Amino acid sequence: MVGGRAVLRFAGLRLLAVIPTVLIVTFVVSLLVELAPGDAADALAGSNPDPALVESIRRELRLDEPFLLRYVEWLGHAVTGDLGTSYFAKTPVTELILQRVPVTLGLGAVALVIMVVLGFGLGVLGAMRPGGLLDRVVSGVSALFLAVPAFWLALVLVLLLAVQSPLFPAIGYTPFSDGAGEWLRHLLLPGLALAVNPAATIALQLKSALLSEEGSDYLLAARAKGLRHPSLLFKHALKNAAVPVVTILGFRVAVLLGGTVIIETVFAIPGLGLLAQQTAVNQDVPVILGVVTITVLIIMLLNALVDIANGFLNPKLRIGTSR
Amino acid sequence: MSLLAVENLSVAFAERRSWSTVVDDVSFEVAAGTTLGLVGESGSGKTVTALSIMGLTRAQGARVSGAVRFDGQDLAVLDEDALADIRGARIGMVFQQASRTLDPAFTVGEQIAETVRRHTGASRRDAWDRAVEMLQRVHIPRPVERALQYPHEFSGGMAQRVVIAMALSCSPAMVIADEPTTALDVTVQARILELLRELQDDTGVAIVLISHDLGVIAEMADRVAVMYAGQIVEQAPIEELFVGPRHPYSSGLMGAIPVVGQGRRLVDIPGVVPPPQSFPAGCRFHPRCPHAEPGRCDAAPPPLERVDAHEVRCVRTGELSLPGVLVPEVQP
Repeated sequence: MVGGRAVLRFAGLRLLAVIPTVLIVTFVVSLLVELAPGDAADALAGSNPDPALVESIRRELRLDEPFLLRYVEWLGHAVTGDLGTSYFAKTPVTELILQRVPVTLGLGAVALVIMVVLGFGLGVLGAMRPGGLLDRVVSGVSALFLAVPAFWLALVLVLLLAVQSPLFPAIGYTPFSDGAGEWLRHLLLPGLALAVNPAATIALQLKSALLSEEGSDYLLAARAKGLRHPSLLFKHALKNAAVPVVTILGFRVAVLLGGTVIIETVFAIPGLGLLAQQTAVNQDVPVILGVVTITVLIIMLLNALVDIANGFLNPKLRIGTSR
Repeated sequence: MSLLAVENLSVAFAERRSWSTVVDDVSFEVAAGTTLGLVGESGSGKTVTALSIMGLTRAQGARVSGAVRFDGQDLAVLDEDALADIRGARIGMVFQQASRTLDPAFTVGEQIAETVRRHTGASRRDAWDRAVEMLQRVHIPRPVERALQYPHEFSGGMAQRVVIAMALSCSPAMVIADEPTTALDVTVQARILELLRELQDDTGVAIVLISHDLGVIAEMADRVAVMYAGQIVEQAPIEELFVGPRHPYSSGLMGAIPVVGQGRRLVDIPGVVPPPQSFPAGCRFHPRCPHAEPGRCDAAPPPLERVDAHEVRCVRTGELSLPGVLVPEVQP
């Protein structure tokens, strides 16, 4: 089909854009770590270290070599898939990351589903009867959701649903392979804590996008050909209103991944966020770069998915369609 | 027996504190298979009349009174569900800007097929085939491929053909075309009008053609109703109206049409249509009328008087001899 090929091409072009982004982000992060006071040798040598020991560690880790040389070397290895070895754990970075990616992706997926269901649900409800009771309830709930910080909500959720009435575990994680039910039980509260704020953004955006479609000529014309409410709202208005909302969704997912640093720490979930938090403190450069690289890849992939979704929703955006 | 009889249709919209009557006591009839031209400047209430026939102004909060008898049924008293069954099935509608009438997010084929599925319960496949067939009927080249394309891939004229295909997809008895050619180039305009005429000849569909352009009306209509400030001021068979207009406004509109070879100056009507809140007393046209007489035209609202098939709303009509135009060659 013509449409299918166009979408593939579109997707390919978007994925090519990943390369320069990864280069820039990893370079900037290396530079920032380099500019930060102290280095991994200080951290490894412990408190009150012998300067000679620090110096020998530094030489051993080759931290005394010029920054650019180290970055280019890292890059050379990275393109072959070798992200180096952790200064602290002494295990390969790829191994560390591969253990944790599924954890964070799982959390992200749970949060994403909650965010989309909650956001689209509230948005559509609010748009059904503008100015009505439901609309005002949706606006109020959204404002509340926007105002609540994720870490605070996380603590409240733990207090209410894990401590006072122990429906969910307060902390920890079980892998998916040990059973989907347990896995979900561990991820539901952190997912909710992550999702509520972006869901409010989505709801408000979708509501206003739907309302601005309301007066459009194509909806009047659709009414004039006999269409009634469910298909007017859910087929025609929603597909058009979803374009700006899905774009925002892309941004919000990136922010959501950033939020995992805090939420994984609060819930002691051994994902990328927790790893990032621990290694940033220690200046474990190979792990930091590994985490950053993989995060960039995930976010770029998500952005590409958003663009593909938008290409589906808004045919004008497709590159190289017929004519 | 007429297909559509609009009787004393009035439509009012809520202004801040009061109701303003945008369409005032409008009555006309359309016989099956014929074309009624509804003509007037912007703001004269033509579009609101059209949308009210379809029952589409109620949802916008309008107060509608009068009767809209269509095929023996009064549409004005039907509920929304019954009306929705008639819209698109028995009465099709074509709007001014085709590109904005079509939903940008769906292929044109889907938008036609959707209408067919809605009203006939046809399967997806049959409805799609019908969409392609309709595209072919409105002379869109390569209809099989074009059905899969999106509205932005169509030119204005081609998009209007799609909208016409959509309006006719369920073989309606009547189509309301609201300024269908206004947004188009002149050459494209002519082709769209030709298409409408051809489809009318083939299917016997009645057309209510709304236009501010008397030239377009002259080419298409059997009967003309001239609207001004929400009222019908004159209504007559086409030749009668063009040769011997009896209302100064109709005559004024004709003075503004260029006619090749007649060597006369174009005369415009000074001023604009007043908004509904400030309709003048007496004849609503009198402030702009070159023949207005103080004491007569600004006193009581003139009634719509009928002589044979010709209706006029002007107290001085008997005293005036108004210029018309020679009817442009009406093509067979």
